[in-house]
Amino acid sequence: MLGYIFKRIFMTIPVMVVVALFVFLLLRLSPGDPAAVIAGDYATAEDVQKIREKLGLSEPIVVQFVTWLGSLIQGDLGTSIFSNKPVTELIAQRLEPTLMLALTTIIFSILVAVPLGTIAAFRAGSWIDRLVMLFSVGGFSVPVFVLGYILIYYFSITWRILPVQGYRSPFEDGMLPFIQHIILPTLTLSVIYIALLARMTRASVMEVLEEDYIRTARAKGLSEVKILMRHALGNAAVPIVTVIGIGIALLIGGVVVTESVYNIPGLGRLVLDAVLARDYPIIQGLILFFSLIYVLLNLIIDLTYTLFDPRIKY
Amino acid sequence: MKTKLKNYFLSAIFSIPLAFGFMVQGAVAEKVMRVIPHADLKNLDPIWTTAYISRNHGYMVYDTLFAMDEDFKPQPQMVDSWNTSSDGKTWTFVLRDGLKFHDGNPVTGDDVVASLERWGKRDGMGQQLFNVITKLEATDSKTVVMELSEAYGLVLESIGKISSNVPFIMPKRVAETDPFEQITDYTGSGPFKFEADQWVPGSKVVYTKFKDYVPRSEPVSAAAGGKRALVDKVIWQYFPDNTTAMNALIAGEIDFFEQPAPDLAPLMAKDPNITVEVNDPLGNIGFARFNHLLPPFDDVEVRRAAMMAMKQEDYLASAIGDPQFWKTCYSVFPCGTPLANDVGSDIMATGDINAAKAALAKTGYDGTEVLIMQPTDIPVLSAFSLVTAEKLRKAGFKVNVEAMDWSTLTSRRALRDPVGKGGWNMFHTWWIGADVIDPMAIAFSGDPAAGWFGWPEDAELEKARSAFPKATTLAEKQEIAKRVQERLWAIGASGELGQFFTPVAYRNNVKGLIKSPVQFFWNMSVE
Repeated sequence: MLGYIFKRIFMTIPVMVVVALFVFLLLRLSPGDPAAVIAGDYATAEDVQKIREKLGLSEPIVVQFVTWLGSLIQGDLGTSIFSNKPVTELIAQRLEPTLMLALTTIIFSILVAVPLGTIAAFRAGSWIDRLVMLFSVGGFSVPVFVLGYILIYYFSITWRILPVQGYRSPFEDGMLPFIQHIILPTLTLSVIYIALLARMTRASVMEVLEEDYIRTARAKGLSEVKILMRHALGNAAVPIVTVIGIGIALLIGGVVVTESVYNIPGLGRLVLDAVLARDYPIIQGLILFFSLIYVLLNLIIDLTYTLFDPRIKY
Repeated sequence: MKTKLKNYFLSAIFSIPLAFGFMVQGAVAEKVMRVIPHADLKNLDPIWTTAYISRNHGYMVYDTLFAMDEDFKPQPQMVDSWNTSSDGKTWTFVLRDGLKFHDGNPVTGDDVVASLERWGKRDGMGQQLFNVITKLEATDSKTVVMELSEAYGLVLESIGKISSNVPFIMPKRVAETDPFEQITDYTGSGPFKFEADQWVPGSKVVYTKFKDYVPRSEPVSAAAGGKRALVDKVIWQYFPDNTTAMNALIAGEIDFFEQPAPDLAPLMAKDPNITVEVNDPLGNIGFARFNHLLPPFDDVEVRRAAMMAMKQEDYLASAIGDPQFWKTCYSVFPCGTPLANDVGSDIMATGDINAAKAALAKTGYDGTEVLIMQPTDIPVLSAFSLVTAEKLRKAGFKVNVEAMDWSTLTSRRALRDPVGKGGWNMFHTWWIGADVIDPMAIAFSGDPAAGWFGWPEDAELEKARSAFPKATTLAEKQEIAKRVQERLWAIGASGELGQFFTPVAYRNNVKGLIKSPVQFFWNMSVE
């Protein structure tokens, strides 16, 4: 097991190098020039060139890549071209809101979706099943920003019971402000994950319910609740855990719309702003960071399988 | 009734934690103004970048020697007294008493010299001024002497310019930074201090009142007059989403919204607690820029034919909407300013597709495709691009609209290559009125070596512009402005798409708003 973990961690190194190279080349070969953005409307071509030189952007691409890789090995993701702040500091500033939003969303989604999916599978074809499936289709179909604006309209503008926007840290501002500010974004973002997880849970549990050992359990006279909780859900867990894991990874990198609608200063907005401004060091640093999270989450998911399925061994 | 009861019930449940929150907040007595700025403050050096948001940050933190008043005249700000020699070649400035930087050190002549020198290496107007400066030195701690090679009529206008790059005064140690590198020390002497440790790029900027700032005694007038910080703290909170920003203002989480999208203005104006008004008297000037180097717009008559097709009303109605926020203006200088005039404006006021078609037919236009760069991430410019494309097609042009983001456009517009190698034929932008208020604006340059993207070339235009700094009376300046405008229209330098105004929106507890092309936060209070 330990050997497997070390091997997987070791394997992340070539993956990260390939990602780094790909991202670097993609950015340098795409149109847009941060020096032109900085120089503004009044700059002459000479001014823009001077800024490019100061930023090191007029060096050959190979030299730029080697310089960046050298810093990377020392744990330095670079400095933002515009704000002059270290990329690690910018990521650290934005990490907490995104992580907390991802965490509350995934916990809420699991709490709602797994029971819903299980009940739908157990009562397949019934009105409950149809209702859950209807909700799933709706959840996939409603754009996040539409739902966000609707929730803001009622909860913040009409009823004035929750704030419109912003993020409060549970560690610095306290739990109450944190909860007040995280409720609407979590609700908004959860809908699609509840829909996804409920469908996946339903399909997995339905498949397991057809297995011989479930029939045997029923023949033994076990109650339906025990069959469902102990035998069906446990054995259906592997694909559900996979979807949850992928969901976390997607949430960390893909909450930009929710962060914009609720004005949460998270990683999603950082990457979007950086792309629009061509702030290369931030984009490179963030994509590397997201890749690392994906790789680590995949490892954690794979290790989690052993908890649910004793047949899986590493 | 049922709905009301439900609302009360929900409000009661959720207001318990909110009430607790307010109790905690109530213990802190400082006055805070929460502002949604027009853009994210990405950079803190207003000399390194021309971004308007960095300029506005500069006004919070730094002070200027002179500042423009609401009649567009430079007035002393850090300067107490000044005089000019009889030949106009020597200027002496004496600083006010009590000027201090945020670190407690006094502002000295050496700081002024170093700051002006750094500014003079980046700003267009600064470069022109430094072309005639032969000596700039601090003769004592409060006196600066500027010697010129010839009399120059724009000394005060230059060092008192209101928009980017503004000659902000920084400590000498900061101002000695290479002008092409960013400063890392943000010590200023303005009415507010920048709280570096609370800055979250892309989200929040915090300024606190500088208690040792000594304001002038004159009443405030645009950038001039006494700068009184009436709140303890100003927080700029950037909102990438306009609708959320509007909702935050309506909900009372924000006090002031600097630049709401015009289509949201009616929604906010419906709220009795919110005021929506135009605060910038000059507004913005829409601008359709031709590339004078490439066919078909290397032919003046083709450019003028295209201008005939441009009807300002159509652009403004399409991009801005509500007529209370725009007006047609057939002057290259903002309407309502001293140099605005209507000389040669017939070409731009035509707005007739048939006239444009007839004019184009006479040019021998060979069907060369016009590539218009369309920045889809800036709605106003995106709409301008589509209106132009439609009008040019109707006039007989073959048009290709290429969608891209603004960052791509800003780098591509610098290319002088043929269209097939990354070049371009047209793009749209706008200038804030304060930036095109006189003929010295780079937008009006007729020198392709020093001029702006599009690179028009006209010796007569340059001759007229070069006379402007030597003009001393308003009548002389107006005469030169007419000559410049006449040449700009004659050579078809650019299409002018009219004047539009972005409103500000604020809660009624905000008082003391200053009418100005730039948003200032001194003199403003939250009651």
